[in-house]
Amino acid sequence: MMKTNGGLYLPDFEHDACGIGFRAHLKGGKSHQIVADAITMLERMDHRGACGCDPNTGDGAGILLQIPHEFLYDECLELGFRLPKYGEYAVGMIFFPYDEKQRNECKEIIGRKVEKLGFELMGYRKVPTRNETLGEGSLSVEPWVEQLFLRLTDADTITFERKLYVLRQITTKLIHESVAGSEESFYYSSLSTKTISYKGQLTTDQLKYYFPDITRKDVISAFAIVHSRFSTNTFPSWKLAQPFRYIAHNGEINTVKGNVNWIRAGEASFYSEFFTDKEMQMILPICHKGNSDSAHLDNAIELLHLSGRSLPHVMMMLIPEAWEENPDMDPVRRAFYEFHSSVIEPWDGPASISFTDGKIVGATLDRNGLRPSRYWVLKDDTVVMASEAGVLDIDPAQVAYKGRLQPGKMFVVDMEQGRIIPDEELKGDICSRQPYQQWLDEHKIMIRDLPESIRPYTQYSEEGLMKRQIAGGMTSEDLRLILAPMATSGAEAIGSMGIDIPLAVLSNQSQHISYYFKQLFAQVTNPPIDSIRERSIMSLISFVGASENILSESPRHCRQVQLDQPVLTIKQFDKLRFVDYEGFQAKTINTYFNTNVPDPAKALEFALERICRYAEDAIYDGFEIIILSDRAIDSDHAPIPSLLAVSAVHHHLIRKGLRGKIGLLVESSDIWETHHFATLIGYGASGICPYIAFETLSSMNRKGMIAGEFTDEQLYKNYIKAVNKELLKIFSKMGISTLASYRGAQIFECIGLGKTFVDRFFTGTVSRIGGLGIAEIAKECLIRHAVAFPKIPVESVKKLETGGVYQWKQRGEKHLFNPDTIHLLQQSARVGVADPKRGYEIFKKYSRLMNEQADKTMTLRSLLKFKGTKAIPLEEVEPVENILKRFATGAMSFGSISWEAHTTLAIAMNRIGGMSNSGEGGEDEARYTLLPNGDNMNSRVKQVASGRFGVTSYYLSNADELQIKLAQGAKPGEGGQLPGHKVDEWIGRVRHSTPGVGLISPPPHHDIYSIEDLAQLIFDLKNANRKARVSVKLVSEAGVGTVASGVAKAHADAVLIAGYDGGTGASPLSSIRHAGLPWELGLAETHQTLVKNKLRGRITVQTDGQIRTGRDIVIATLLGAEEYGVATAALVTVGCIMMRKCHLNTCPVGVATQNKELRALFSGQPEHVVNMFTYLAMEVREIMAELGFRTINEMVGQSQYLAPRNLGDHWKLKHLDLSRILHREEVETALYKQEEQDHGIEGVLDHTLIRDAKEALENQVAVSAEYKVNNLNRSIGAMLSNEISKRYKGKGLEPGTIHYKFYGTAGQSFGAFSTRGLRFELEGDANDYFGKGLCGAELVVYPPAASTFFPSENMAVGNVSFYGATSGEAFIRGMAGERFCVRNSGAKVVVEGIGDHGCEYMTGGIAVILGQTGRNFAAGMSGGIAYVYDADQSFAGKCNTEMVDLDDLTEEDVEILTGLITRHFENTGSDVARRILENRSFELEKFVKVFPRDYKKILMEREAVVA
Amino acid sequence: MEFERQAALKRGIEERKKDYREVEQKYSEEQTRQQATRCMDCGVPFCHNGCPLGNNIPEFNDAVYEGNWKYAFEILDSTNNFPEFTGRICPAPCESACVLGINKSPVAIEYIEKSIIEKAFENGWVKSSAPRKRNGMKVAVIGSGPAGLAAALQLNKAGYWVTVFERADQAGGLLRYGIPDFKLEKSVIDRRLKLMEEDGVVFRTGVNVGTEISAGQLQEDFDAVLLATGSTLPRTLDIEGKELNGVHFAMDYLTQQNKRVALEEGYDGLDLSENHAGERYQKEDIRATGKKVFVIGGGDTGSDCVGTANRQGADKITQIAYGLLPPNERDASTPWPMYEHKLRTSTSHEEGCERLWSVNTKAFIGDENGNLKALRLVDVSWKFENGKRILIENPDTEREVEADLALLAIGFSSPQSQGLVEDLNLKLDARGNIVTENYRTSRKGIFAAGDCKRGQSLVVWAISEGREAARAVDVFLSGSSLLEAKEVGMTSAVFS
Repeated sequence: MMKTNGGLYLPDFEHDACGIGFRAHLKGGKSHQIVADAITMLERMDHRGACGCDPNTGDGAGILLQIPHEFLYDECLELGFRLPKYGEYAVGMIFFPYDEKQRNECKEIIGRKVEKLGFELMGYRKVPTRNETLGEGSLSVEPWVEQLFLRLTDADTITFERKLYVLRQITTKLIHESVAGSEESFYYSSLSTKTISYKGQLTTDQLKYYFPDITRKDVISAFAIVHSRFSTNTFPSWKLAQPFRYIAHNGEINTVKGNVNWIRAGEASFYSEFFTDKEMQMILPICHKGNSDSAHLDNAIELLHLSGRSLPHVMMMLIPEAWEENPDMDPVRRAFYEFHSSVIEPWDGPASISFTDGKIVGATLDRNGLRPSRYWVLKDDTVVMASEAGVLDIDPAQVAYKGRLQPGKMFVVDMEQGRIIPDEELKGDICSRQPYQQWLDEHKIMIRDLPESIRPYTQYSEEGLMKRQIAGGMTSEDLRLILAPMATSGAEAIGSMGIDIPLAVLSNQSQHISYYFKQLFAQVTNPPIDSIRERSIMSLISFVGASENILSESPRHCRQVQLDQPVLTIKQFDKLRFVDYEGFQAKTINTYFNTNVPDPAKALEFALERICRYAEDAIYDGFEIIILSDRAIDSDHAPIPSLLAVSAVHHHLIRKGLRGKIGLLVESSDIWETHHFATLIGYGASGICPYIAFETLSSMNRKGMIAGEFTDEQLYKNYIKAVNKELLKIFSKMGISTLASYRGAQIFECIGLGKTFVDRFFTGTVSRIGGLGIAEIAKECLIRHAVAFPKIPVESVKKLETGGVYQWKQRGEKHLFNPDTIHLLQQSARVGVADPKRGYEIFKKYSRLMNEQADKTMTLRSLLKFKGTKAIPLEEVEPVENILKRFATGAMSFGSISWEAHTTLAIAMNRIGGMSNSGEGGEDEARYTLLPNGDNMNSRVKQVASGRFGVTSYYLSNADELQIKLAQGAKPGEGGQLPGHKVDEWIGRVRHSTPGVGLISPPPHHDIYSIEDLAQLIFDLKNANRKARVSVKLVSEAGVGTVASGVAKAHADAVLIAGYDGGTGASPLSSIRHAGLPWELGLAETHQTLVKNKLRGRITVQTDGQIRTGRDIVIATLLGAEEYGVATAALVTVGCIMMRKCHLNTCPVGVATQNKELRALFSGQPEHVVNMFTYLAMEVREIMAELGFRTINEMVGQSQYLAPRNLGDHWKLKHLDLSRILHREEVETALYKQEEQDHGIEGVLDHTLIRDAKEALENQVAVSAEYKVNNLNRSIGAMLSNEISKRYKGKGLEPGTIHYKFYGTAGQSFGAFSTRGLRFELEGDANDYFGKGLCGAELVVYPPAASTFFPSENMAVGNVSFYGATSGEAFIRGMAGERFCVRNSGAKVVVEGIGDHGCEYMTGGIAVILGQTGRNFAAGMSGGIAYVYDADQSFAGKCNTEMVDLDDLTEEDVEILTGLITRHFENTGSDVARRILENRSFELEKFVKVFPRDYKKILMEREAVVA
Repeated sequence: MEFERQAALKRGIEERKKDYREVEQKYSEEQTRQQATRCMDCGVPFCHNGCPLGNNIPEFNDAVYEGNWKYAFEILDSTNNFPEFTGRICPAPCESACVLGINKSPVAIEYIEKSIIEKAFENGWVKSSAPRKRNGMKVAVIGSGPAGLAAALQLNKAGYWVTVFERADQAGGLLRYGIPDFKLEKSVIDRRLKLMEEDGVVFRTGVNVGTEISAGQLQEDFDAVLLATGSTLPRTLDIEGKELNGVHFAMDYLTQQNKRVALEEGYDGLDLSENHAGERYQKEDIRATGKKVFVIGGGDTGSDCVGTANRQGADKITQIAYGLLPPNERDASTPWPMYEHKLRTSTSHEEGCERLWSVNTKAFIGDENGNLKALRLVDVSWKFENGKRILIENPDTEREVEADLALLAIGFSSPQSQGLVEDLNLKLDARGNIVTENYRTSRKGIFAAGDCKRGQSLVVWAISEGREAARAVDVFLSGSSLLEAKEVGMTSAVFS
């Protein structure tokens, strides 16, 4: 792993994802075929891995198998030593430094420790390797690979393994400490008596060439696990290749920072009967720095396994099923999970894990099932498990059965017992090992069981309350816009139009410390979760109290207080404050510092030391809870920010190894908005009492500031509900499901806090531009304290400050767009129509004001100045026209803004050669035709967002750019919702949905759960329109550069780095403000990382977010962007006056509304927009001339033309350090896009399909043909559909004109964006994303004629089939995976069984399910109908009925259903269909009609109109 | 939008012309609430920017809408010491800036403001704001107009002993004597002064600082002095006949009538022979009864003269302005959100008067007794040259019109410099206004605020300046201040 060298890139940000699989023999029969097959599987998953700028440097590939005893025996004999029996010796597969001297140093250390631990070192074997095919990257750090052979007499296998573990840990530690540079170059791939791993930074097909060993016929094994890695970076790292020693992991542990901290926090109390104390000391620390999340997980699994738990048991602890919200779970199993939840928090995130201890090999899937895992059991006892179907050519006749791993489920092949142990049995055994339920009943404490406090606190007087409100930092805006809506509606208020106030560190207002922390969110490498519709997998439960040694289990382990959710009322808090329950006690520590001293900064420091010391003492005194409280503040004592207090204690105790001994609760005056709660939990708090928020609500209620009649208790309840809801959303946007995992996970980047301060109090948090230290934080507290507790009692402070964050206020926070700048910008564009010169003068006034107010340090760029040396004449700079082509407007859907506003922007951008963006709402096909005057309303950029509204082949075919929106600045990691009343006829038509029915955009793209999925979608889109470039929109956050490299490696043509602050969309207030980073950081990081990876020349970089002036654009260019998005300013130009009420449909200037009357008030003209962009370009040219640049291209990334402004001695700004933003990578490589990506679509099957369809395409004559396919044939039909759309527009061809039949296992995205006129039959099965974006084609799947399994009980197609389908039909004889028909809005499909989350967000069409469904069916389903065959009447329990009714069939339904089932039978020969049809009189009765309520209402209304 | 704009209802023209009581009717709670619902609570409240006081308009509108009048009052009170004045006589730049005004009629902000404060007085919410503790320091405020009163109130809250000096016989300055009762009944001022006195502010009326108390004495007696003496020197027309009987400054005219009303209301201690500046009238009683009245000047003061003359029973009233007739709608030169240039018709205009535009007065023509008998007028036009407006007279149109009374309402030029300002030797700018830096004059411990510093302006600006100056005095004397500032939040690092 390359170290950072002064830039923004940090290795912590790396992510990986991949393809995994194993092949095993059920009865433990060893053969070389197993190894050879596994390698084939690996090679067939090549598209799931990645390579960097040079195609020969892979991200990593490897294989884990049983020790090939025969082979090694012979090899060692030649080397002069004789191996004992299999199992009586261990083999270490070791990466040594290439340097011989260093290598010998390593070996010396190993030698000494081997001896000390009582092993016999038999010898080393140099592993033969062939590095000729390696690329430069991996070659540069290629290790020297040797095998170590050890023997230990008189030890059983497990003892041997434990000793090996000790040896490995201690030698690794010692070598890293004493041999220079060995951190990277010394590593044990494996050290075991049973398994051995061959891995490296290789491409999948380099593996067997590099390690000739594994191709040797005498290398035999009963199983082999393979892994191909797709990492977002290419910085060489051999050791991060997988499989690891116990697992291969496809996925990402989002909470790894917290998990590692919790492991570390517990280390001091680790005790195991299987290790001596001395050995334990050698083992620690468990988790090594610089490891990937997967490597850490492997470390944790190993520890828990070797200290006495079986591997499946460990898996269940670390990756538990979603038990919390599942009442149907077996109570014994539930008790197991509940008990273990107080032992250790889940390692949360998407995970498909293959694991082995040498005797069993198994696989498990995370609770959400976010990674595909398919398996096959063959009649010859072969078991195959892989991320994809089709990775091995399996004779259909040999298949006994095939399936997929389900969320939370485990699949174990026990080679000793010679059978597959089903999930139920396996878990049943594990769960009944101990009387977990009894332990829980006897020891777990519920808060309701505790007695009422005898000393409850009473409420403050109004005056006392106000003092605490002010000290805590509350403003009247917080009351009106944050507290009141939460307490009355149970949800956070919504806002619009981004945020244009200064970052906390740049603000003059005293800041809440949490405002220096920005929430991180998942993009690309990991999906955010929908915490509303997938509530069933989310949990808010946490425990307070001492945790016990995780290496053992006992009843005491669950002796903790369980909190069902983290927000405690004053009453509940008082209960805990004075708890005395069987010796369970809490210690309260005052979180204040003395203000009445000469140096209050020192006082704050002393106070923090004091609370840490008291906390430590409390542990030794036997307390189990620490309460941090600021209730005792007064005129001489200011509150310590609660977040600082909590994190200081948390990290202090982690450092002391005591953190696990105590539960941390906090009550403070500075907690009211959700972000405050999220930060507190993220830094270790278990329970939080926002007592001043509660008292404020009571006071507001008394004073009539709450609209409506509520009791105080109702207000509290709603408020808590709102906090909980938003917390779940904050977790879920990072892809985290449980509070227990989020707690302490530090899912934040800090901006504006100094390194020393962060390292000490927020250890491990990323903070890249430095900033405040303890003195400045003290000052921020003192400013508020001085107003709250004035030295002289003045009458003036009677009202809270106004805030001015969400609304511009004269004495509030500064805003870039304020009355003056809005006015000038509008004037310039308007005056410019008649008088361009005068228009530009006004524009200059505007930009001067904008830049000047920026001078008051509102943005990061305002801290920079230009550093030009050689001005050139303006004429030498490239013309305005060239620059205009680089402009884009933002992605705003027709629906979010009016037709008038949307088309005005499009016309203007087409006039200047820039790009307008359709947004995510589809596009009216009328816009693809020019207007009579030659104007063009077509949006050149067509967005592909998670809702896939109106994304058809024809839509895609009409784009110059296809933009995949992974996140948006206003609410990264969140979905959206267009309420039904906004979906009028027009919008419904454009979005291919039912007017009146609400539309939900899911938080994730359901076809992008990882980077390899993104690569697949890019591939799909490239197939769907070869001439369009594919762009990926990301939001700036720590690590976005690394993600952008991944995006480049996934072959995107462009990447957009959006600032957190922009964004015109409606979103919850806290998301607008607290998630994401300014573009300056994200853009600079992206550019630096791409350059470092030599990928910059392959990808266009665009940026947006509050770009307002020529100066902004030049800075963006110097930091690495070559294209620029300007959305808000463009909207202002056409009349927007920043009402920030876009979500209410009341826009008074006709911009963001669908109301006809209001739309009539729209006064913008394309000329205005053209003027604004022209003026921007003119300004850019002027600055370019000053700096001496003739073209934009030569300016890209020349950050040496920027320098920090002299900010004098400003108390806050003086500590900022922008050098990392301005850092230039010294790598010889292109700095702007110069080279086209190789999309790999040259050889796709569709070229053949198109050729064979010539007659149909040209003359609409029917054609048919047959093809053999395998999993490498991906996106079949997309390119062919593009050809149809180009010729026949949205209408396509007559059904069945092109009739193709395929044999085999089809690759991902079979039939993607397939349009009308196609009929595809697939005899075989298919992978994920089957029928994605189906728009008119017919798809039919049935099993091969030779197969003998029951089709209806076996997998036919993978996960996420028919995602975003808009029309067409499909008949599938067999089962589909999870998330069937997500966001279907028009397709009619029949299938014989599906997994979880079926028909989620569906808005139209028909789904017929002739078999079992998984859980959470119909979540967020607002339209369309599903008919479910519910033979065993279990469906009701699995259906999420929040939005749907379960109805009986009407006559009309029977007719539709019978028709579809008949066609299913005709198309597929389904025996299920036949049986139903034959017995239709009573079989049809078993169907349930899933009918969305809104949809029903609309249909009934329509009927009424017709009647 | 559910409701149309409806500002304060007015009494019938015939009825109101018979007396000097306020033209506007008492607010109606329901109507005010309806009007408040029109507020869109804009993300960028241009009204709030348009208000020189920074009144937090969307917030108080919201509170009124919710029926939470008390909170509305607290919001209003935190930025404006005297909403009862601005709610009556402000030209409401906030309404010009209201976002609704882009394509509809703006929110009736001023009416809502007035309703809130009247409701607050009715309910006794406007209470003493005397400090709990005095800091012992003393501040003199010279002038009891809106700037002086605002400063006095703020300083008193901050713990100072404040004495307000006023050379006229009653406190209130221009509010009392410049503005007719039909726009602002004087009881409105009295009720506020009474509260201030209860809170400890000392008013010394009839005291001409500079003559009766020397500047030196003042500095000796007080820790700081704030000048809020206004811009009192009226502009005059330097033309033939200006000394004639029947040619008067509007302010003299209005003062006299205001005093007459006050006497009828039972005030005592008023001297009808003195004007608002405490100076004796040089000419006769000024009455319009039965006269042909010419009001020269198209502004608000002129309009006040029209209303007064109508009530006095003038025979005919003509108001003349040399500017062009403004358009009926917002002129393109002042796009939203600027204060719009357009034809404004005041309640006084409604009561009857002829308005002439593009007319200049060339001379006052007197009879043999030195009484005005006619005006010589000429039509003018304007042209633009090098960005400047140039007036061109059309000599063909010169004519004489019969006139008995001419009232000059063409503004004020500067504060009076003789006396206090000269004694203190304060630095003045080219226009004669006192030069300040953050309200500090060139003399340490001497501050200035309001029209004497910024030149003639609006009441709302005077209040704003008074408040800001009070902060400056507080910071000067105490090192910091917890008084609210217009543009700086309390919890801002640069606040104190």
